[in-house]
Amino acid sequence: MNTKTEALKGWTREQMAQRAALDIPDGAYVNLGIGIPEMAAQFVPAGREVIYHTENGLLGMGPPPAVGEEITELINAGKKSITAIPGAAYFHHADSFAMIRGQHIDICILGAMQVSCEGDLANWSTGAADAIPAVGGAMDLVAGVKTIFVITQHTTKHGDPKIVKSCSYPLTGKGVVSRIFTNLAVIDVTPEGLVLKELAPGISFDYVQERTEAPLILKGNK
Amino acid sequence: MIDKRIESVAAAVADIKDGATIMIGGFGEAGSPIELIHALIDQGAKNLTVINNNTGSGHVGLAALIENEQVSKMICSFPRTANSTVFPDLYRRGKIELELVPQGTLAERIRAGGAGIPAFYTPTSVNTPLAEGKESRIFGDRTYVMEYGLTADFALIKAEQADRYGNLIYNKTARNFGPIMCMAANSTIVQAGKIVEVGAIDPETVITPGIFVNRITTVSDPALESKLVKEGRSYP
Repeated sequence: MNTKTEALKGWTREQMAQRAALDIPDGAYVNLGIGIPEMAAQFVPAGREVIYHTENGLLGMGPPPAVGEEITELINAGKKSITAIPGAAYFHHADSFAMIRGQHIDICILGAMQVSCEGDLANWSTGAADAIPAVGGAMDLVAGVKTIFVITQHTTKHGDPKIVKSCSYPLTGKGVVSRIFTNLAVIDVTPEGLVLKELAPGISFDYVQERTEAPLILKGNK
Repeated sequence: MIDKRIESVAAAVADIKDGATIMIGGFGEAGSPIELIHALIDQGAKNLTVINNNTGSGHVGLAALIENEQVSKMICSFPRTANSTVFPDLYRRGKIELELVPQGTLAERIRAGGAGIPAFYTPTSVNTPLAEGKESRIFGDRTYVMEYGLTADFALIKAEQADRYGNLIYNKTARNFGPIMCMAANSTIVQAGKIVEVGAIDPETVITPGIFVNRITTVSDPALESKLVKEGRSYP
């Protein structure tokens, strides 16, 4: 863990992943983005069976192999070595994205650069002139997966809000996010606006609101 | 008699001409036909349009083909790699064109091209910069953008096993774009780890039926991109 993370208040990266994992139901087919989202797989509560999809062509992704036990050409979407569980299936890319676009995957957890109060997501480009644009499967995932969760630090490393009224970065998808897990809180995107669902230990509603550009609704206190 | 076997990777890519459109299989190193790509570097065809999910790693395989300035345009979803500056450098200098396509749209465009479908509608990229300038249409209560099928002059594909008919099986997540690219190219060139007798592959387990394959050559001990990159290797 780096010092930057230590200095942040509220939940750690692992705790954010653990909190999100609580909301993955038994029997779900799940796609996890690179970074904090993929850590959620370690924290699924005992007794739940969850199948992980990796969009490069495997349903039934298992944990990473031990060092020295990597299997040739068995990798995840982040191009890291993985394992396949008993009962796994390999398939080509068009089938893999049919699972995504065809609304067969139940939950996808992604990282974010910005999320708006209407559930718009920006997570692929800052739009900077010299940036090399790269999108991967993010736009397909938000267009097709039934439920999109986001895990992100509440603010940028400069302290700017990432949960905003309107995204300034190019969109990945419009109105696609349903729940946001940050180091400070769990927030639901609803037709009424952003509803604060849960606070990290020691964090107050006002502390979260000060770091959120969009207004938050406190449950039972509209 | 049908026999799609060719004696070498060099002979297999010999007729690729300047300006050709080439689909290259692989997602990262899984399924990357490095020996065929290196044969194409030796062969020297230029001004190529290459369709691949990425732009290669280090200075071998696809990255080496790009570095050798044989590629004038890339059609891909993710042209950045942690360990390669080859594409970003040429792109920033205006030496290579990029058509950025969402990954699932790229796969479906290739599938459609191979299936004789000229265009289709997808919900992916609606309300984003990647949908700008594209035709859109509402079906039910949702907006979709039109995307065109993709075909190619050649496909370079890596398989685990082949028979002389061109029936193929792949290795784990190396399958990725292989089956759909085999369908979408005029001439599909395959490097197989092993060529087996006709009938040795159970018809129930054939992944790519031989009708989609034109040439097969054996590369029994294919190089792995990550190993070459780790060793600091470059090609040629």
